[in-house]
Amino acid sequence: MTSELTVARGRGSQPRPPRRSDNDDSGGRAALGWRDRLTHLDVRFSPYLFIAPFFLLFAIVGLFPLLYTAYVSLFDWELGGDEQPFVGLENYVTLMTDSQFWNAMVNTLSIFVLSSGPQVVVAVLLAALLNTALRARTAWRMGVLLPYVASLVALTIIFANLFGPQYGLVNNLLELVGLDRIDWQAERWWSHVAIATMVNWRWTGYNALIVLAAMQAIPRDVYEAAVVDGASAARRFFSITLPMLRPTIIFVVVTSTIGGLQIFTEPKMFAPAGSSSGGSTNQYQTVVLYMYQSGFQSFDLGYASAMAWVLFVVIIAIAGINFLLTRRIASSGED
Amino acid sequence: MREKRPGLMVYGPLIAFILGSAFPFYWSFLVASHDDAEFTANPSLLPGGNFFVNAGRVLDSIPFWKALGNSIIVSGTVTVSVVVLSSLAGFAFAKLRFRGRGPLLVFVVATLAVPTQLGIVPLYMAMAEFGWSGTLGAVIVPNLVTAFGVFWMRQYIADAVPDELVEAARMDGCSMIRTFWHVGLPAVRPAAAMLGVFTFMTSWNDFLWPLIVLNAENPTMQVALEKLQSGYYVDNSLVLAGTTMATVPVLIVFLVLGRQIVAGIMQGAVKG
Repeated sequence: MTSELTVARGRGSQPRPPRRSDNDDSGGRAALGWRDRLTHLDVRFSPYLFIAPFFLLFAIVGLFPLLYTAYVSLFDWELGGDEQPFVGLENYVTLMTDSQFWNAMVNTLSIFVLSSGPQVVVAVLLAALLNTALRARTAWRMGVLLPYVASLVALTIIFANLFGPQYGLVNNLLELVGLDRIDWQAERWWSHVAIATMVNWRWTGYNALIVLAAMQAIPRDVYEAAVVDGASAARRFFSITLPMLRPTIIFVVVTSTIGGLQIFTEPKMFAPAGSSSGGSTNQYQTVVLYMYQSGFQSFDLGYASAMAWVLFVVIIAIAGINFLLTRRIASSGED
Repeated sequence: MREKRPGLMVYGPLIAFILGSAFPFYWSFLVASHDDAEFTANPSLLPGGNFFVNAGRVLDSIPFWKALGNSIIVSGTVTVSVVVLSSLAGFAFAKLRFRGRGPLLVFVVATLAVPTQLGIVPLYMAMAEFGWSGTLGAVIVPNLVTAFGVFWMRQYIADAVPDELVEAARMDGCSMIRTFWHVGLPAVRPAAAMLGVFTFMTSWNDFLWPLIVLNAENPTMQVALEKLQSGYYVDNSLVLAGTTMATVPVLIVFLVLGRQIVAGIMQGAVKG
């Protein structure tokens, strides 16, 4: 991408009108000199003015808070407390031996894996269905996108109701087909499944559209050649479509990483009565939820900050690994 | 290769998927239209006649209209600001020449991967310091322009606006800002519309930060819903009436703009 940027308006690419041509074709030197200087300033500084809002805002509400989080994490910083004694790395030491934190980390990863794996598989299948010569195709595409637009809080409330242990529809259906009822709240594994279901339900259609776009970008003649060679539809799917979708699938997984590891709304709203503990034994408390609980319900801002930084490092590390992996796979795919 | 029209093998699973997608919405309305205790005892798949009673109780329990208004104000302001400021920056990155353009753009893209949400502790302390907590400004200001918006507009403008046009406007003596206004803006409308829709939805759904910085008296829709659900005795009909009412405006927007949203996602996918 960087190479494209520099090439986009390379100096030598096109004959360019001489810069100060407007100097020659008019009189009034003094006035022009003044206007010239103004134009010069405009050309020189306006681009910076145009991009300044982003950089300013990012510095103030993005970068600075992140760095200041590291600072706060070195103090015993209680919200509303009189003084904030410096404690060095104590918050981090406590955190490393805090079983609730590791529990939350495992929960986060577990929910993330449960929600990204099945999602990609279903999204690819769904995209294959949408990639046929459907009638009213926009209507179908809108249909699969429906969950994406609904508000997350509302949806989680609805799903919490559906997965209700006592009167929930899911359990009633399980019973109807002769299976045991499941306590979707109390049992750790099943609570992860329930939360992952919400994530999947919301994002599968969206990702299917992204995969669909990539499918449509695959050149037609590749398929035609395969048909001539007598390849079956299934064979064409596995030997052509899937390999050519690989970069897109990786893209989908990578983009879901950053959001997925910060999952908050679903575990927060899954718990009844406004609790932030993620279940009675924290069985589905995620890291961001624990951070919220420590910082804004126990008012231990220093500890919450330490947690934020550890999660920050984890996310950057995973994103970095993803990035390297993507590059390797993408380049090996081209050979 | 002419494809044949797909049959039941295609339409069947698709219909099942879409029914599954729509079902939770229907369920929400279903519960909301019954009396809670009665519905628990006798679940039914047909709507009852209690919706407006429950809706009335929602209006008594949370400041629903205020929350709706607040959400519209917040999302609307954020959307306009993100679209304008992102277009401006995207135009500069795509069409203007200045020192450091390449590295600065790389920086913008890199910030896409930074989980800025994790900086909420100091952000909260700052808002409390300025006396902004509890006000809508606290949820609007941090979102006035996004890295995603800048990058998205830059990608679009790079293709959509011919260099010659920018050059011509400059030769005619247009200042930079007028060049943007007359050459840049008219060309970016489709991309700006998509960015607008996405920004609006993201802002509408924003939850963690509003939950921290706003209070029950002056909430956004999401925060109000949380308050509705967090009572000690949970009345499903009441809570789901609230979610149904909060969902209707979003569904209307979806019906009107769904086609553009679909196009936006698919177009963004090809570029990304």
